Amino acid sequence: MGRGDDRGRGGRVIQAVGDDKTLIEFVYHEARLIDEKRFDEWYDLYAEDGRYWMPLMRGQPEGADHTSLFDEDKLLLKIRIERLRNPKSYSQAQPSWCQHILQAPSIERRDAERGIAVLRTPFMYLEYQQDQQEVYAGVAWHHLKRGAESILITLKKIELLNCEAALPSLQLFP
Amino acid sequence: MPEYRHGTAAIRALVRDDAVHRDVYINPELFDLEMERLWRSAWTYIGHDSQVPNAGDFYTVNIARQPLLMLRGTDGAVRVLLNRCAHKGSKILGANSGNCGKLLRCSYHGWTYTLDGSLRTVPVKSGYADTRFSESEAASGLTPVADVAVYRGFVFARLNPSGASFEEYFGDCLSSIDNLADRSPVGRLEVAGAPLRYMHNSNWKMFVENLNDTMHPMVAHESSAGTARELWKDQPPDAPKPMVIEQFLPFVSNYEFFDKMGVKIYDNGHSYTGVNFSIHSSYSAIPEYAAQMEAAYGAERAQAILGESRHNTVYFPSLTIKGAIQTIRVVRPIAVDRTLIESFTLRLVGAPPALLERSAVYNRVINAPTSVVGHDDLYCYRAIQEGLASNGNEWVNLQRNYSDREKEGGLLGTHNGTSEVSMRGQFRAWVAAMTAGGAGA
Repeated sequence: MGRGDDRGRGGRVIQAVGDDKTLIEFVYHEARLIDEKRFDEWYDLYAEDGRYWMPLMRGQPEGADHTSLFDEDKLLLKIRIERLRNPKSYSQAQPSWCQHILQAPSIERRDAERGIAVLRTPFMYLEYQQDQQEVYAGVAWHHLKRGAESILITLKKIELLNCEAALPSLQLFP
Repeated sequence: MPEYRHGTAAIRALVRDDAVHRDVYINPELFDLEMERLWRSAWTYIGHDSQVPNAGDFYTVNIARQPLLMLRGTDGAVRVLLNRCAHKGSKILGANSGNCGKLLRCSYHGWTYTLDGSLRTVPVKSGYADTRFSESEAASGLTPVADVAVYRGFVFARLNPSGASFEEYFGDCLSSIDNLADRSPVGRLEVAGAPLRYMHNSNWKMFVENLNDTMHPMVAHESSAGTARELWKDQPPDAPKPMVIEQFLPFVSNYEFFDKMGVKIYDNGHSYTGVNFSIHSSYSAIPEYAAQMEAAYGAERAQAILGESRHNTVYFPSLTIKGAIQTIRVVRPIAVDRTLIESFTLRLVGAPPALLERSAVYNRVINAPTSVVGHDDLYCYRAIQEGLASNGNEWVNLQRNYSDREKEGGLLGTHNGTSEVSMRGQFRAWVAAMTAGGAGA
């Protein structure tokens, strides 16, 4: 797919979500905001109906009849963010920190009619707290759309390599 | 440090009427003895029969350090067998679950077994001619666990060949499983998908005790449920609550709420909170479901089933269930400071999809390794695990609402909900199992 290809199936030009470079940098930026704990800015990257989803099973279908590791709407994201700042969150008395290491995102799909672009980003994610460092890996899928002022996430789906494994507390955001 | 394997006096000295010694949580020798004595003599939860619907379906577990497999036979029966080839001891099934076909086949020398565990074929059998093979242990095939009970789909086994019967062991506490299964209009449950698997770096008993500890939610979960309450507080009282808000808010109910909930104590360490009502009592109604239940059971019986709203039932030591929200948590001790908790979502067969959705949301929000409520709890368990290293005070206090009357009258029956009586009951069962038959004396 060429740079800035924003033609719909019928060939008519419609508003692009962004050119390739903009989309890819958006994905890097999203990870950086988490790693630097700039959670309010991170929260604002999500569309009002945005979703942060980490399935529990490999190939888990869409739908509410299977539980997940994360399946957060903006309300749940807000609760998590505010909890991290709550002085009574004892599990964060010694704070956790995380680091994303991203492979270059690839632009998998552009749906010009719906104004959506889909990016695929293999990643490693490290989470550290009090002498313990956990290593995770997986593939993140960003579904992005053009908002009034910026690009917005409609869905971030995280396919964790060891999603079915017995996991310790995972407290931040892969 | 006392030595616990020989004699019973040292173990008895660990459990007072109203306190326990820290060694029960941190001493590796006691953990070994728990696996050998308590966990082998208990009826432990293996799995649900809906996990093995067809002949050849299997599910493997480790109980009391024993590799076991639950297997559906060609006759439709669910068996529990030692997961060990009769020849050289290789685990016969390596996967967590799956279907083995018509035979089990060892990966090493190709010995095969029928689905009831009988030895079917050995390659080049002539090599065993005139060896008295038929008298060997190997000839009898995969060793079955003799004492298996399937109750409303829940498969339990007792590894010790003798001991209390299933009905004696659980008694009337089985009413919580009945209530869970009865919530299906056809009286059946199915495990829905994969379990959430949360590794706890803490002793198994901290988790089990916590299930009926009602003095912790308003403190430990102030951070998670309290944050949810803060974010919701400016909404008008009649604003429809999102499901997660409806599930979070009751966790930070006040002490009076949890006290009035009540706790019921049974023999052998079993108990449940939520005798009168629970944190699950005020969920939005699902009218279609209520109508279905009335049609299936009649109005009065349906009302009785749905009117129960038990909080947690502990089937000591391995299973805890939440009938009112259809999730179960299974306790798998690994080491003295390591415990795997597996949380399953259950489908009420025949009920509308909204019920399963609610269970799946609850399980994720409360029980996942990614759950903020889970983080709250595990932080506390780990803090205990590390704090108990302190010398100077070696006792864990379990005195809340203790009375000397417990000595004579026992603990059985209903108590105020914030009492620590359920933990005292668990340790009575613990010390009995750990010293049974003058163990090792």
